[in-house]
Amino acid sequence: MTLTPLSYRVVDRRDETHDTVTLVLEPAADALKPFAAGQFAMLYAFGVGEIPVSVSRLADGHRLTHTVRAVGAVSRALCGLRIGGWVGVRGPFGTAWDSAAAHGNDLLVIAGGIGLAPLRPLVDAVLAEPQAFGRLNVLAGARTPADLLYGDEFPAWGKPFGAVTVDRPSGGWTGRVGVVTTLLREARFTPSGTVAFVCGPEVMMRATARALIHQGVRPDRVRVSLERNMRCATGHCGHCQLGPLLLCRDGPVVGYDQAEPLLTVREL
Amino acid sequence: MTSQPGGPPGEEVFAALTAEHRGKLMALAREVVLPGGTRIFEEGEKADRFWVIRSGTVALDVHMPGRGRVVVETIGAGSLLGWSWLCPPRQWHLAAETRDPVRAWEFDAAAVHDLCAVDTALGLSLVTVVAETIGDRLRATRTRLLDLYGPPGPKGSGPVP
Repeated sequence: MTLTPLSYRVVDRRDETHDTVTLVLEPAADALKPFAAGQFAMLYAFGVGEIPVSVSRLADGHRLTHTVRAVGAVSRALCGLRIGGWVGVRGPFGTAWDSAAAHGNDLLVIAGGIGLAPLRPLVDAVLAEPQAFGRLNVLAGARTPADLLYGDEFPAWGKPFGAVTVDRPSGGWTGRVGVVTTLLREARFTPSGTVAFVCGPEVMMRATARALIHQGVRPDRVRVSLERNMRCATGHCGHCQLGPLLLCRDGPVVGYDQAEPLLTVREL
Repeated sequence: MTSQPGGPPGEEVFAALTAEHRGKLMALAREVVLPGGTRIFEEGEKADRFWVIRSGTVALDVHMPGRGRVVVETIGAGSLLGWSWLCPPRQWHLAAETRDPVRAWEFDAAAVHDLCAVDTALGLSLVTVVAETIGDRLRATRTRLLDLYGPPGPKGSGPVP
């Protein structure tokens, strides 16, 4: 099943930014098993190729929601799909954001760029049962104001603390300017009782993890989502190997205690 | 961050100082409230004060001919505003403006210099605190130089899927 794409039809699409699109997919016949927040699907643009894309919302029923940024041939083809278009889908693959393990803790959800997409289902899950968690902090960084994802959803995420910051302010931007780690100083969390979920460019995740650990968050409580060149998504081809990990199977979500020694090795 | 629950916002800036040193330094602090849109200092002016922000946000900007003021960074509660007072030529390298109402502790740089001259251990501790702030901002600037969220590929970050 996981090696054979199932046909899904685009039933809704939304332009998030100039180069990022959210697609809602519905199975033509058979449906894949339910996804968990943080897991990914292999999306096949017919005749072009296949890429891994995390779910960006856990929908009711068998629908899938993915947010795709157009950066290469396959992702451009996916972003170009219109309602009624067809996609091949395999999944679910990989490890999830283990929100249950964070029960009773303060939460830091820290995203860079498109990294906010895989974290959105986690935020949804926390907001659905706020009594199970401590304080939710959602921090997001983007290149420019025009690159910010899900801007209309941020007001609901901002309790007790939500903030976005951009590297390059433009167009009358009156918000924060700077790297996302600068927002940590104002976030509301107790380091010894905090679990952090971090997704974005690898350098951003390393800098964020280091800042969190410096402030007293345990490395195994800093969860990061790692990307490598995933092909089979079943742990067989080895393209996504990072040391002892096959990230399509053992990741993409791993603890920073496990990831840190691997990310700082010059060659693996 | 609530590493010191119940403590006044901004206190953590001097957390590395001993209670005695913190007490001596805070005796020089003056509480100020700055309305939104206040120009706190301008590039090139004499850097004779610094602030610990307790609430609100301050934007650091540079004037660029033809483009006006360009904000290069914002800093918020619990941050040190200003380090140019510490080293020659003691002139502001950037300008600062409040984004919203800001509560802060303001310190007179000359008085702090005098205190550090008398109590060199305090001086060393304070310099270490300021150096940490400078280091944080240098690292943040270097990270932004990488253009992390820019287009992937050879000129950006990450593979091209």
